Amino acid sequence: MDRIPILRMGEFLLVTIQVDMHDRLALTLQDDLTSMIERSGARGVLIDISALEMVDSFIGRMIASISGMSRILDASTVLVGMRPAVAITLVELGLSLEGVQTALDVERGMRKLRGAMAVADADTGEVADGGHQD
Amino acid sequence: MAKTDNRTASILKKHERDLLNEWVAELKQGGSGSDARISEKELFEQASRFLALVQQAAQANGVHDVDGPQWGAVRDFLEEVSRSRVQQGFGSDQTARFIFSFKKPLFARLRTELADDPKALADETWAATELLDRLGMYTVKAFQKTREDVINRQQQEMLELSTPVVKLWEGILALPMIGTLDSARTQVVMESLLQKIVDTGSEIAIIDITGVPTVDTLVAQHLLKTVTAIRLMGADCIISGVRPQIAQTIVHLGVDLQGVTTKASLADALSLALKRSGFVVAKKQS
Repeated sequence: MDRIPILRMGEFLLVTIQVDMHDRLALTLQDDLTSMIERSGARGVLIDISALEMVDSFIGRMIASISGMSRILDASTVLVGMRPAVAITLVELGLSLEGVQTALDVERGMRKLRGAMAVADADTGEVADGGHQD
Repeated sequence: MAKTDNRTASILKKHERDLLNEWVAELKQGGSGSDARISEKELFEQASRFLALVQQAAQANGVHDVDGPQWGAVRDFLEEVSRSRVQQGFGSDQTARFIFSFKKPLFARLRTELADDPKALADETWAATELLDRLGMYTVKAFQKTREDVINRQQQEMLELSTPVVKLWEGILALPMIGTLDSARTQVVMESLLQKIVDTGSEIAIIDITGVPTVDTLVAQHLLKTVTAIRLMGADCIISGVRPQIAQTIVHLGVDLQGVTTKASLADALSLALKRSGFVVAKKQS
């Protein structure tokens, strides 16, 4: 069975979704990612969905819950490269992904993660939570 | 039937000149002739062309089969006339009068020609009136269609005109919205803005609603959708140009704009956007 690769880059994890997501694949990714965060002690996760052309409500919810889980595991998540069509679909489905950080591309996403890390490091003793929840 | 058909055709042929003059006189009396929008010469030309075409068609195919191929030339001509009438700004009644005012001179001719045969006169009058009614109807239909085409084209143009996405600065896009927001327009606006964000890699988008006359719950919902979609893409959105009345309406409606940055003017929005992107605008020291 195919899996979505999770790459480690320093203290961040990079997930690039290159194939069309189906439900099983999303569930596997959820398992893999949470255990990988736990194993590696990563502090940030970057999910690149620039190749994702179609989403349904399940995948949309999956993306939201994956980022929620990472946050609980003390890794801030940035979702990067969402296509216009995907954004419109998610909005029409009523999934606004509150609390998920977003960026235009991987580079900006990385910058955002680093910025969040710096803030978290400055507030010593505080919970390192890059994404402020509204 | 064929006999009566040919009678109308032959009367048309025989009295072409007189009919034409009487018809144009009738048109002038109806008001079309004195109008500055169409010259008498033009009117005369149109009338004579119409007469010639009708005569040809009537002779070849009789006056009953107006939808048939023989009358194609007449129909094309009427469409052309309708089109030019629309462009000149005539109403549908004035356009229809072009055909209907031909009845009077034609019937007068029929009466003098067939004075000694009342039955033929009745038949012929009926056939002619039917013919002219159908042609008149066709003219009005063509007129209507041309008008609808114009409306459709204008709607399309308005849609395209009203959604220009402009680049204000490196990484800052602006969308000055003009006109009422409905679902179809929101869709177009959203798509073009999001695509532009991807193309230019801009991180901040300003939606200026100075040109939106009213904001109701539906419009607010459309705006929020656009803002959410922009955020999902990873860019920031500022709404500017909120007029006092609109601010009041939004609060009275109970629309929640929490989490959306709003500014009173486009200038304020731009200065915020510049600040966020790390640009500094300063006056040159003299």
